[in-house]
Amino acid sequence: MAATLYSKVFDQHVVRELGEDQYQLFIGLHLIHEATSAQAFAMLRERGLKVAYPDRNVATVDHIIPTDDTSRPFADAQSEAMLSALEQNTGSFGLRFLSPERRENGVVHVIGAERGLTQPGLTIVCGDSHTATHGAFGALAFGIGTSQVRDVLATQSVIVNRLKVRRIEITGELAPGVSAKDVILYVIHRLGPKAGVGYAYEFGGPVVDAMSMDERMTVCNMVVEGGALVGYCNPDDTTFAYLHGRPSAPQGEEWDRAVAWWRSLASDPDAEYDDRVVFDGGEISPMVTWGVNLGQSVPVDGRVPGPAADAAGEAALADARTFMGVEAGQPVAGIGIDVAFLGSCTNGRLSDFVEVAEALRRSGTRVAEGVRALAVPGSQEVRAQLVERGLDKVFEAAGFEFRQPGCSMCIAMNQDRLNDGETAASSSNRNFKGRQGSPTGRTLIMSPLSVAAAAVRGAVADPREVFGISG
Amino acid sequence: MTAMVATQPLVTVSGTAIAMEGDDIDTDRIIPARHLKSLTFDALGTFVFEGDRQNAKAAGAVHPFDAPEHAGASVLVAGENFGCGSSREHAPQALHRWGIRAIAAVSFGEIFRGNSATIGLPCVLLTPEAAAEARAAITAAPAAEVTVDLETKRLRVAEHSWPVEINEALRRRFVSGTWDSLSTLAEGTQDAADLSRRLPYLNGWQAA
Repeated sequence: MAATLYSKVFDQHVVRELGEDQYQLFIGLHLIHEATSAQAFAMLRERGLKVAYPDRNVATVDHIIPTDDTSRPFADAQSEAMLSALEQNTGSFGLRFLSPERRENGVVHVIGAERGLTQPGLTIVCGDSHTATHGAFGALAFGIGTSQVRDVLATQSVIVNRLKVRRIEITGELAPGVSAKDVILYVIHRLGPKAGVGYAYEFGGPVVDAMSMDERMTVCNMVVEGGALVGYCNPDDTTFAYLHGRPSAPQGEEWDRAVAWWRSLASDPDAEYDDRVVFDGGEISPMVTWGVNLGQSVPVDGRVPGPAADAAGEAALADARTFMGVEAGQPVAGIGIDVAFLGSCTNGRLSDFVEVAEALRRSGTRVAEGVRALAVPGSQEVRAQLVERGLDKVFEAAGFEFRQPGCSMCIAMNQDRLNDGETAASSSNRNFKGRQGSPTGRTLIMSPLSVAAAAVRGAVADPREVFGISG
Repeated sequence: MTAMVATQPLVTVSGTAIAMEGDDIDTDRIIPARHLKSLTFDALGTFVFEGDRQNAKAAGAVHPFDAPEHAGASVLVAGENFGCGSSREHAPQALHRWGIRAIAAVSFGEIFRGNSATIGLPCVLLTPEAAAEARAAITAAPAAEVTVDLETKRLRVAEHSWPVEINEALRRRFVSGTWDSLSTLAEGTQDAADLSRRLPYLNGWQAA
């Protein structure tokens, strides 16, 4: 019978039906980081439990790690305590820890893929909502809370509801200067920030088929900002080429058998979906958020909306405009920025930095005076490759601080944060009030290229114009 | 091995309520990330909606969680997509430790709803009309007794009431006091082991 990838992977992982559409689902890979796991390990100890499947659990440190001075002990005592706890917990429970000491660390959603841990057909969880990123490989990946982290450690399973599946097709092709980030911002803008509640999003169509794995990860990363728990792309030759030869990918005869299974998981051509939407990729421009949720975005040549036709809608828009200090009808281009942040699980991969470095080098542009610009690679591996190519020097010459890897200013749990009243152009994923560390800090979410353009101009600007990109 | 733990039945939650206007109230607002840097959940109640409360104070307004008439409230009524955003269990933990024992909303962020279930904080669904009416009733009479009843599946505000929805399997576990998720999952330990031997990535990539 024709089925979606979601159904096939879900069905193969059902341990037990718990009635009324609740299931005990087996978890193929559990990724752990320091910010949401300490209490889970403590709860295991309280109940005197062990980790049931230690080989299916891998940990790293990303949320709190400093990106400047990473020598131990960290200057911040709370951060040091969190890393120490993770080291002790992974040590005493016998779990693999990708450590800063051995330069194996990075943002958990960047290194999972990089190491080939992320594979098609897996169920993947992590105490982090951007776990959806791994769906780019045709995995069923989603974020969980700390009590569920405990549950997975103890039983390698969680209780879930079955989701509906919405197929999102992007047809045609993207214009030059338009990126995967713009695609997902556009999708969330069109569907709204809550349309995905109860759904998994399946991405397909010519634009998605032509995307690299880095780009597919950017798209799947942000489905949660559209309300969806899960986002995925069907595995194809691009997926297999990316995985081949990675440290944790199968090898030899096992590789061939793995690829055969992976291929069988792709949604069947005649699979039925609960909903289906089609967008023309050629219609998509570089997108910029102006508000406090990810639906509140416009093309870079657009204007801050308002007033809305209905009172409730206008109340929400007005609240966002007031917080962001913008006026209805104001062009988003020209909104001034104080900080430019390149990085995060959304856009902290090699191709993100290479694209920006090339644009900076080609155009000979520099960060505007008064703008604090951070380039924070998503992993040690990304950083090492950038250094090997000499691109760290390109960033530094252009006025960026080239940092050590971590979540950094996406969530501001280390020292990288906005001061009160500052505005950031950010390649991360959330523009929520207070997200970047100050209750009055403001965040404009955009693509890495658009962040670079804003850094250069000191204000939101069209990257195609700043860097001379034309079709 | 003490995977199994007993939990208290959760049948009704009664007390005063807080009505929150607006949709898409995200978990960064419910509990800012700086409070994720603690190794325990213990102190989180104090910091619920910290940034919003600070901003309200600076603007000369009073945030609902600071309003004297809502001190000690145990029910929260909200709009659409409440608890969207990050997976931090710290969000429901902060609300629960502040004193909230049940939340009724038009819809919830998926992970927030799951996290709330694991800590015994029922999230029930209202129609948009019921959510608007219930919030208006609470705002008009902040001292009114509000009840979320999982037996009859109703939200009551004084003499008014509206139906609520909740997954039936989860509702039964709440009402019977068997809502500890780890206890439920531990019952499937042998089934999980059997399944794991059939999964291609755990059996040397033999066909599924």
